[in-house]
Amino acid sequence: MGKYKKYILYSLYLITFVTMVVVAYTTSKYRPESVLVLFTDLSWLGNWPKWLDLPLMPFLNEGFDKLIKEYGMFFEGINNFLLGLYTDMKNFMVGLPWPILMISVIVLCYFVSGRNIGTTIMVAFCVFFLGFLSPRYWDKCIMTTCIVVIGMLLCLVIGIPVGILMARNKKVRNAILPILDLMQTIPSFCYLIPGILLFGLGAVPAIFAIFVYAVPPLIRLTDLGIRLVDKEVVEAAEAFGANKKQKLWGVQLPLALPNIMQGINQCTMMALAMVVIASMIGTRGIGDEVLLGLQQLNVGMATEAGIAIVLLAIIFDRITQSYGEKIQARTHIKKNIKL
Amino acid sequence: MSKIEIKNVYKIFGDQPSKVLPMVKDGATKEEILEKTGHTVGLDDVSLSIEEGETFVCMGLSGSGKSTLIRHINRLIDPTSGEVSVEGTNVMDLDQKQLIEFRRHKMSMVFQRFGLFPHKTVLENVGYGLEIQGQKPEERNKTAMEKIESVGLNGFEHQYPNQLSGGMQQRVGLARALATNTDIMLMDEAFSALDPLIRSDMQKQLIDLQSELKKTIVFITHDLDESLRLGDHIGILNGGRLVQVGTPVEIIMNPADDYVKAFVKDVNRAKVLKAKVIMSSVNEANGVDKSNLIKINEDQFIDEFLPKVVCTNANCEVVDKNGNIKGYITNKELQSSLTKS
Ligand SMILES: Nc1ncnc2c1ncn2[C@@H]1O[C@H](COP(=O)(O)OP(=O)(O)OP(=O)(O)O)[C@@H](O)[C@H]1O
Ligand SMILES: [Mg+2]
Repeated sequence: MGKYKKYILYSLYLITFVTMVVVAYTTSKYRPESVLVLFTDLSWLGNWPKWLDLPLMPFLNEGFDKLIKEYGMFFEGINNFLLGLYTDMKNFMVGLPWPILMISVIVLCYFVSGRNIGTTIMVAFCVFFLGFLSPRYWDKCIMTTCIVVIGMLLCLVIGIPVGILMARNKKVRNAILPILDLMQTIPSFCYLIPGILLFGLGAVPAIFAIFVYAVPPLIRLTDLGIRLVDKEVVEAAEAFGANKKQKLWGVQLPLALPNIMQGINQCTMMALAMVVIASMIGTRGIGDEVLLGLQQLNVGMATEAGIAIVLLAIIFDRITQSYGEKIQARTHIKKNIKL
Repeated sequence: MSKIEIKNVYKIFGDQPSKVLPMVKDGATKEEILEKTGHTVGLDDVSLSIEEGETFVCMGLSGSGKSTLIRHINRLIDPTSGEVSVEGTNVMDLDQKQLIEFRRHKMSMVFQRFGLFPHKTVLENVGYGLEIQGQKPEERNKTAMEKIESVGLNGFEHQYPNQLSGGMQQRVGLARALATNTDIMLMDEAFSALDPLIRSDMQKQLIDLQSELKKTIVFITHDLDESLRLGDHIGILNGGRLVQVGTPVEIIMNPADDYVKAFVKDVNRAKVLKAKVIMSSVNEANGVDKSNLIKINEDQFIDEFLPKVVCTNANCEVVDKNGNIKGYITNKELQSSLTKS
């Protein structure tokens, strides 16, 4: 029986392929008058024939138009929500006097890193240098930060539950893994366009792009982290009668946390990279400056903005990373703690 | 009704166990199955019953399926075919909720590789079963502290498992299983990481606990002396098959095959066999020289009376508690029972 299954599958592939070729042929404008011509005139074997062309583009465009027509309200709802969130957050932070904002970031870093003075000083320097490089950068960095943070929150809210589901159920994992591969291999410019069409120009398509680009590693690492938890430890929880919820919150998530934090860290870095690219579709932020420098062939300007992005990246990285380390220290206490 | 009953249980690990099952049922060995199908036979037609209040010891070489067997009892593993019943209920019939209740209140388990929660302190680890049962922290910490003391780990209750040595971790696992005070205890090599002193101490504790509380214990070990000391019955697994079940004496006196023989060959029989096991009964013992007799109790081990026999060169008269003569032991009996076959 297993043998035949394989052949059935193969013939299905074949049928799909043949149908696609036939559809391509029959819908093509360039097809010859009759199929017989193909056998008499063999010139089509030389160059790729124009009629052998899968009509994917018109198909996708049509589908997309229909999507917008039917679910326009839905996307507008999302758009309004995210835009509102972004605007409020940005206005609030831009409205704050800069020293207060700077001190808040430093204090946040100090506590999040488990009172690590070294990290805090480093982050403090980076924050100061953002404005110090060019006063214009301060507000632009705030915009970029807001977009990254909102994108990140979206990733967390969706990515972690999906990762948990994947770890729990093999079928779900097999279904989602190819989607993640797709999300990661499609060049980001390709989904910037639907982003624009769905959400218009500005911050929201950037958030959308961040989500598509940055959520896969978080999902993967959540899934991996949970599955890497020692099987016998999970069995122990089961043997004492832990239900699914107790197992997840009491054992699996705490033990997967170092991996999940690693995922969040990666996610942040990718989000930042994306938001710079997104400046090409009119997202305001520090990426603008690079683009501007590029357009004016102003090396100094582009480099200065580049440095600002690096500083921003360091701030994000240090804060998320050191938080992860702190958690790790709590859950996997080293044998020789300092006395 | 037995406390735990295992009937014709097969367990096959792999992608399509049900397809391989007929081959196993036809008698193919573990090696053949692995070579032909890539599936691993965990258990092959295992049937046994464990009575209430007894300690059942399971022995066998590495990979023979001991851990797999014990995991069937609390259904951490589902059998490919066969039936496991505990107190008359088939564990496969339990739904999710009943299974959870069953695991919370009926049995506890000690794991071979400890299975401690690395993010919880010793105290939290030991109290875990009680926490899951829904006990208040003060209450469960009190019980947990008692158990920690009983395994000799007081002072370490606020440490994390990876701050402890292997043997100490094993004792935490032991305390965790004791804390829920369940009827049935599943102990997968529960003493294997302990040093000889603590080990013998733990064995003694377990025996004392048993004589007091009469729990049903399934105990896995590699150590024959341990199994003889603890077990009321011993089951020996080879390649997933149960080759022999019996009392310690039966196993030693009548090993079922070469595999079991190899297991028992190094055992110190004088420490295991009792007088009543080796004696010839009164009516069989014709022509025993009764001029030089020493009296021994029927429950004495050979090594308890052997020195006296050697010194006085006497024959033994075996008596029960009330002084009734049950049988005789001469050099002949001693020789046949102490010689390794
Ligand atoms: N989850 C699993 N997947 C596949 N095979 C398994 C699995 N668990 C156990 N096995 C196989 O089942 C057999 C029995 O394993 P088990 O762990 O029960 O051995 P054991 O008797 O406990 O050995 P040890 O004394 O080393 O602990 C082994 O051949 C092992 O390869
Ligand atoms: Mg084992």
